[in-house]
Amino acid sequence: MEAVDQAFVTFKHWVLGYVHPMAQPWVSILLSIIPILMVFPVLFGITTILERKGLGRMQNRLGPNRVGPFGFAQFVADGLKMLTKEDIVPRAADSILHFIAPFVLLVPVLLAFSVLPYGRNMVPIDIDGGLLFFFAVGSATELSVFMAGWSSRNKYSLLGAMRGIAQMISYELPLVLSALTVVMMVGSLRLTQIVDAQSASLVGGLHAWHVFTPWGFAGFLLFLVAATAESNRTPFDIPEAESEIIAGYLVEYSGFKYALFFLGEYLGLFAVSALGITLFLGGWLPPFAVLGAVPSWLWFFFKLLAMIFFFIWIRGTLPRLRTDQLMAFAWKFMLPMTLINILIAGLWRFSRDWQLPAGPFGVATRWIICALLLLAAYYFFGRALQPRLAKRTYRYAE
Amino acid sequence: MLGSGIAKGLKETARNFFGSYTDESRLVTVQYPEEREPLKEATRNFPFLVYDGVDPAAGLRCVACQICEKECPPQCIYIIKDTVKKPDYTGKMQIQPKVFDIDVSVCMSCQICVEVCPFEAIKMDNEYELSTTDRFDDLLLRKDGLWKSNEYYHKIHPTEAAEVDRRLAEEKAKAEAKAKADAEAKAKAAAEAKAKAGAAPATPTPTTPAA
Repeated sequence: MEAVDQAFVTFKHWVLGYVHPMAQPWVSILLSIIPILMVFPVLFGITTILERKGLGRMQNRLGPNRVGPFGFAQFVADGLKMLTKEDIVPRAADSILHFIAPFVLLVPVLLAFSVLPYGRNMVPIDIDGGLLFFFAVGSATELSVFMAGWSSRNKYSLLGAMRGIAQMISYELPLVLSALTVVMMVGSLRLTQIVDAQSASLVGGLHAWHVFTPWGFAGFLLFLVAATAESNRTPFDIPEAESEIIAGYLVEYSGFKYALFFLGEYLGLFAVSALGITLFLGGWLPPFAVLGAVPSWLWFFFKLLAMIFFFIWIRGTLPRLRTDQLMAFAWKFMLPMTLINILIAGLWRFSRDWQLPAGPFGVATRWIICALLLLAAYYFFGRALQPRLAKRTYRYAE
Repeated sequence: MLGSGIAKGLKETARNFFGSYTDESRLVTVQYPEEREPLKEATRNFPFLVYDGVDPAAGLRCVACQICEKECPPQCIYIIKDTVKKPDYTGKMQIQPKVFDIDVSVCMSCQICVEVCPFEAIKMDNEYELSTTDRFDDLLLRKDGLWKSNEYYHKIHPTEAAEVDRRLAEEKAKAEAKAKADAEAKAKAAAEAKAKAGAAPATPTPTTPAA
């Protein structure tokens, strides 16, 4: 089992053994980049078809079922179609910005993949400030959205881009703040160390994932919401909003540049899901120690697929928010909740030193106190968000 | 509380998702080229010509009266009368159309031709897969593309066709009765005339000299 778990790592070391020491760093980089560039775009293709089929089933439809077995080759056909389509640049567009905008989206997103731990000992670059690096390159995607919207010289594009910027900056804050609790508890920005910190054993061999703590659970939910907004997915897809501003900043994009935008967006979703897994769901750790027989990278991808399914489920369920609702939700609910979550995380940290009765009862007391405080905050902030409208009476209807 | 609506929605979509795999009746999709929904009986799109019997040319009910041609709002019907009369399905001598064309690219499916036809000869079809590669000739339906049997008419509009058949049978019976009555009356008149002619020389009318 150990051999299967470490198969990719041993393969890399085996290859590096045959390379001249001068060339070793370069070959090592190449051997890390190539699998990322192969696996995640393919996962993007598979996700598009799974999303279309899943959404179809949620709406009691069949979904695409023509190309290949059960329609699963649809993404190949879509990709070929995108490749062969004409690439139109509007005459009034800023053609240079229009051209580089998709790459400005794609490159930072791909860079974000370089610090994520995909399995035991499987991390392309294990830097000290991994989390910081992730957020730093992740926020560069906003630039691309505005470049695309501005350079298209189209009012819908510009509207979409401005909505996008407003949304992404507003939700960047809760995203980072909800991840901050983990950094506080672990005491490191290194993502491998964050995963290792979750490997302690709770009752019955259950790994101490952060999501099993009150602050971790709240933090995970807040992170999910902020991540949905960051990756422009329903219900936070107002930058695209097909029904209002006909795909927003993507209006003037066609052909493969459009496909690149989609690729970038989905890769961003995968990256941020992978970060959520690393921070809260134990990274590549199995839920129980006994399930360690299954390779760690398989656990990682299983969790990633579960996250993707959750995002598809959310997309199939919720309608799009209005801009003012979106902003109100970010500043009146998400931000106070993440700040309170930070306080609760501190409380959780220092309640470790309380003179509580030992054993499960003591842990449960801490758990319940923190959870109740969070629940109270959730209730009151949630109530403040509810619209206070008088019951409408109708004079002529009814 | 905030989020209860979201939970309710998630439950509903999850039920749809799993339900669509276990319960076939949830899936409403009709996969068109392979599956078709049965058409409603009142479906109509373009007109066709009804014929009785087995030979379309002989059994055509149309007598080329050109009422439909004159009434057609978009003027999509074109008729040329035949010069010779042929016996129709009842044996009566009628003119038949030499040319009967309907341009279905012009036709607006208003059914006015059907309403005005006194001979129940033109009816609405429900054939809807008419796409062709030639938008001129293939969309101009000729007489031999338009004629369809009364059985076909019964198949696509059973109620309406039965009603039409009943009416035609009634008219035919009435016509036969009238013909019979006429024949009888004629025979009677002839007999009377004969009787009169036979009696006339025997009894000359007295009023004749006075006139």
